[in-house]
Amino acid sequence: MADKVFRVNMTDLSTSLEEVPADWMGHGGRGLTSTIVAAEVPAACHPLGPRNKLVFAPGLLSGTSAANSGRLSCGAKSPLTGTIKEANAGGTAAQKLAKMGCKALIIEGQPSGDAWYSLSLSPEGIRIIPEQELIGKGNFAVVDSVERRSSEKIGLLSIGQTGEMQMAAANISVKDPDGHLRSLGRGGLGAVMGSKKIKFISLDAGAGKVEIADATAFRAANKTFAKALIDHPVNQALKTYGTNVLINIINEAGGLPSKNFSAGQFEGHEQISGETMHDLIVERGGRPSHVCHQGCVIQCSQIYNDLKGNFKTSGFEYESIWAMGADCTVTDLDQIAEMDHIMDDIGIDTIETAVAFGVAMEGGVLDFGDSTEMIRIMNDEIREGTALGRVIGNGAGSVGRTYGVTRVPVVKNQAIPAYDPRAIKGIGITYATSTQGADHTMGYTIATEILGVGGSADPLSKEGQVELSRNLQIATAAIDSTGMCLFIAFAALDDGACLPALVDMLNARFAINLNATDVTNLGIEILKTEHAFNLAAGFTNLDDRLPEFFELEPLPPHNAVWDFTGQEIDTFWDF
Amino acid sequence: MRIQVKLFAFFRQGRFITEDQEHPRDSTAGEVIDGLGIPRDEVGVLMLNSRHCTVDTLLHEGDIYAIFPVIGGG
Repeated sequence: MADKVFRVNMTDLSTSLEEVPADWMGHGGRGLTSTIVAAEVPAACHPLGPRNKLVFAPGLLSGTSAANSGRLSCGAKSPLTGTIKEANAGGTAAQKLAKMGCKALIIEGQPSGDAWYSLSLSPEGIRIIPEQELIGKGNFAVVDSVERRSSEKIGLLSIGQTGEMQMAAANISVKDPDGHLRSLGRGGLGAVMGSKKIKFISLDAGAGKVEIADATAFRAANKTFAKALIDHPVNQALKTYGTNVLINIINEAGGLPSKNFSAGQFEGHEQISGETMHDLIVERGGRPSHVCHQGCVIQCSQIYNDLKGNFKTSGFEYESIWAMGADCTVTDLDQIAEMDHIMDDIGIDTIETAVAFGVAMEGGVLDFGDSTEMIRIMNDEIREGTALGRVIGNGAGSVGRTYGVTRVPVVKNQAIPAYDPRAIKGIGITYATSTQGADHTMGYTIATEILGVGGSADPLSKEGQVELSRNLQIATAAIDSTGMCLFIAFAALDDGACLPALVDMLNARFAINLNATDVTNLGIEILKTEHAFNLAAGFTNLDDRLPEFFELEPLPPHNAVWDFTGQEIDTFWDF
Repeated sequence: MRIQVKLFAFFRQGRFITEDQEHPRDSTAGEVIDGLGIPRDEVGVLMLNSRHCTVDTLLHEGDIYAIFPVIGGG
């Protein structure tokens, strides 16, 4: 059975299953969402209006037995950045979409009234169903209710109250195999889903299966691929300590943004570290290893319990803990876990929101380190949509403009993540040039600059950083199309058998004949498509810049400043 | 000479988090690793006073020396 494009029009509440156009056949994941957004969304449209489209696409290998292939891409024009946007998450949705033969789900138009809806997808097609009961409820209530209405096995995409209220930091949650939540986190895609008046999307793949052209070759390639992942020593650390293992090494390197990006080290780093988190998890009967989708061999997620041994949060990431911890100077990991849980429930990006809190603290709205007040604001203001709640829920840039703060760490209005570009210069190039605003995953130079993976680069030197960021951004765009978790990159950079095995799986799945150059060209094509959209939306090279304060304020302990010229940054696009 | 040695992740098991240690002048970073019973092929990242160093880097009085296994994240 050939894959179809599932299309939903929310203006006239119609649905259709369409043939996949020839141009889209070789695309999946981010390559497909960006291709569709570039083709069908007018670059100058209002992101919360009827002309924007919300596109979901599983990766090229999603739904197969390929290790770590269950990632879902979601794309649109972002209400936070105004650029093209792709967010990426684990959970069960990508596998279910692939198995039901859905090449891409395109949601377009906008209902004219106040009524809300849900979508139900299956191999038979799409149903649009009026929804009232769950409007105004958090994501955990949606999971409970939808599971009770159908089954625990149902796949689910959902927005919280902040998505309903169209806040620019709102995310889309994806249910994982245990009923916990993963996040299509950055850039306000939850607000786009809210603007289409869709509260949740349920997914039932039935008996659907993904077809493999050459099953024998696929199995052999997967064996090599999975072995490369399992054997790489990075995975032992990720499995034991989660991504939060990074707190101590980034702190030691002097690049851990602290107290709203005013220092590169945080005195309380040990209390919020991966090592501390691991010990608390084990002490309280949680799980230090946990998968976000079936088939993951890395298991970087975890189950973090509270003092009483009850579930508090999972997917407790370095980025979230850094932002609430070092950036807002909170040292209590339990308070941070509580906030992680709240933000999962109200459906808002932890990076954007916590960095927004850091700017709010700089602006005198609350004290640095006041986690009690942060929790109060999340529950009583953001969840309820008060004026203050909306200012913070619209992101770090919004808070900075409202309170007259200049130390606002954003690029293209998206909050900068957990690595200070003054002390780690390559990631600064990624932040500046990424088509999606400040984003560390788009070209993770940290691997080479700090972690010694895929070579080495001096983080305090400008030398080679533009080329490093470019190569990683190209490779990442291609990997993001396959449905692979980006953490395969550590093995891919160090183990010569890994990427060829990935290419072999693509060839065996589709009976095609790609080589490594084809994969690189795919990445280049995706970046150029995204860049062209942004230029048409009004962006220029002057938007590929970091905020001024990075040039003026030396960051302790290295006392480094951001010293790339605009001309040097612009050479990024020479390809 | 006195240096501060900091260990991280697995390397802490059966050892310590941080310790002030006496070492002969002109000791190398690698010699300290060997003295801790850490196999050199398990070492991921070495930092001296917050800058990357190698096993051959010479240590000096008052240095802060951090030893990490192979780690990653995002």
